[in-house]
Amino acid sequence: MGIELDFPAVLERWPNFLGGAILTLELAFFATVLGAFLGTLAAVGRRSHSLLIARTCKVYVEAIRNTPLLVQIFLVYFGLASIGLKLSAFTVAVAALTINVGAYTAEIMRAGFDAIPRGQLEAAEGLALSRLQIYWHIILLPAVERVYPALTSQFVLLMLASSVCSQISAEELTAVANYIQSDTYRAFETYIIIAVLYIFLSLVMRAGFWGLGFVLFPRRRRLGTPL
Amino acid sequence: MGGHLNFNHLLFLGHGALWTIGLSLIALGGGGLAGFVIALARVSPLKSVRLLSAVYVQLIQGTPLLVILFLGYFGLAAVGFQLSPLAAAGASLTLYVAAYLGEIWRGCIESVPKPQWEAAEGLALSRTQRMMKVILPQAIRIATPPTVGFMVQIIKNTSLASVVGFVELMRSGQIVNNSLFEPFAIYAIIAVVYFAMCYPISLYSQRLERRMGRGKFNLAPA
Repeated sequence: MGIELDFPAVLERWPNFLGGAILTLELAFFATVLGAFLGTLAAVGRRSHSLLIARTCKVYVEAIRNTPLLVQIFLVYFGLASIGLKLSAFTVAVAALTINVGAYTAEIMRAGFDAIPRGQLEAAEGLALSRLQIYWHIILLPAVERVYPALTSQFVLLMLASSVCSQISAEELTAVANYIQSDTYRAFETYIIIAVLYIFLSLVMRAGFWGLGFVLFPRRRRLGTPL
Repeated sequence: MGGHLNFNHLLFLGHGALWTIGLSLIALGGGGLAGFVIALARVSPLKSVRLLSAVYVQLIQGTPLLVILFLGYFGLAAVGFQLSPLAAAGASLTLYVAAYLGEIWRGCIESVPKPQWEAAEGLALSRTQRMMKVILPQAIRIATPPTVGFMVQIIKNTSLASVVGFVELMRSGQIVNNSLFEPFAIYAIIAVVYFAMCYPISLYSQRLERRMGRGKFNLAPA
C-alpha cells in the first residue's frame, strides 16, 4: 500500500487550526498569570513561621508535582461538578492548569528565595526597611530575576501540556486536531500540522519571554548576570 | 450503573498500576539508550552531528507528548502502519524521554571540569578513552540525581498512554469508572496510587542531590 499524503486537504481547515491555536495561547496565558501568582504565594507560604501554613503549602506542592496532570484535570472537572458547579470546559481547564503550574512555580521560586544571600537581608534590616519593603525589593524581585529562565521554560512546558485539556473537550489545538482528523481521515497530516504549530507557539512564547525579560530586568541586561 | 467498589475493581486497578510501572521501565530503558546516543551526539566533534541532534531535541521539546502519541497511534495507522497501543505508547515515550534525558546528560557531560578534559588529552588518551575512562564516570555521578528525578516525569507521562487505549493505571481507572460512575472517588484513588509511586522517587532524588551538594566540595580542584 503506497503512502499518499495530502496536506492541502487538511490545510483547508486552517480557520479551525487558527482558532485552536488561539485558544491554546489563551489557556496558557491565563494559567501562567494565575499560576505565577498562586505559586509565588505558595513559595512565600512555605517560608511562613506558622507551621500550619508552611505544611499546607508543602503538601500542595508535593501532591501536584507527584501526580499526572491528566488525573488532576479529571479531579478538578468532576470535583467541581460534584459540588454542583457547572463551569465551561475552558474555565475548568484554566483552573486545573493554574493549580498544576502553581506548584512548579512555587518550587522554582523557593530556589530563588533560598539563593538570596543572608547578608542582603541583614543589610536591609539595618537600613530599617519595613518587612513589606524587604519582601518586595530584597527578596521577591531579585528572586524572580534570578529564576526567570527556569520560570519561562516551565510556562512553555505548561502551554504544551495544555494539549491534555482536549480530554475534557476544551476546544484547544489538540481537540481541534482530533475533530479534523475524524472528519477528514487524514490523521497523519493533521497531527504533523499541529506538531509544527506547537513548535511555532513555543518559539513565539520563548521570544516573548525573552523580550519581556529584556524590558523587565535592565540590570540583568547590562551586567549579563542576575543580582 | 451503580454498585460499589469491590475487590475485583481494586485488583483491576492494581493490574493497571503494574502496567504503568512496566511502561515506565520500557520508556526509561528505550529512552535511556537513545538519550545516551543523543547526549554523545550533542557533544560530538562533528558539527553536523551536533546540529542534527540539537534539531531533534528542539523538535521533540517543542511538541506535546500527547501529539507525538497521536501521531504514533492514529497518524501512522492512517498511512498504513498500525501499531498496537503498547508499541505506539512505548515508541512515543522513548522518543520523548530520549530528547529530555539526552539534554540532561549533555549538561552533565559538559559540567565535568575542563581540566579533566585537558588532563586526559595531555595523557595522550584517544577520544574514546577520554570519554569512557575519564569523562563519563564523573558525568554519571553528576547525572544520577536529575535522572532519578526525571523518572517521576516518566511515570506521570505514561498516564497519557490511556488516551490511545493502553490499559495502564489511568485507563483502568476510567474503565472502572464506566461501570461505577463515581469519578471523583475513583480519580482520587488513582491520584493516590500515582503519588505513592512517585513521591518516594522524588524524595530519593532530593536526598541524592543533597549528598552530591556535599560531595562537590571534595571534588573541587585545589
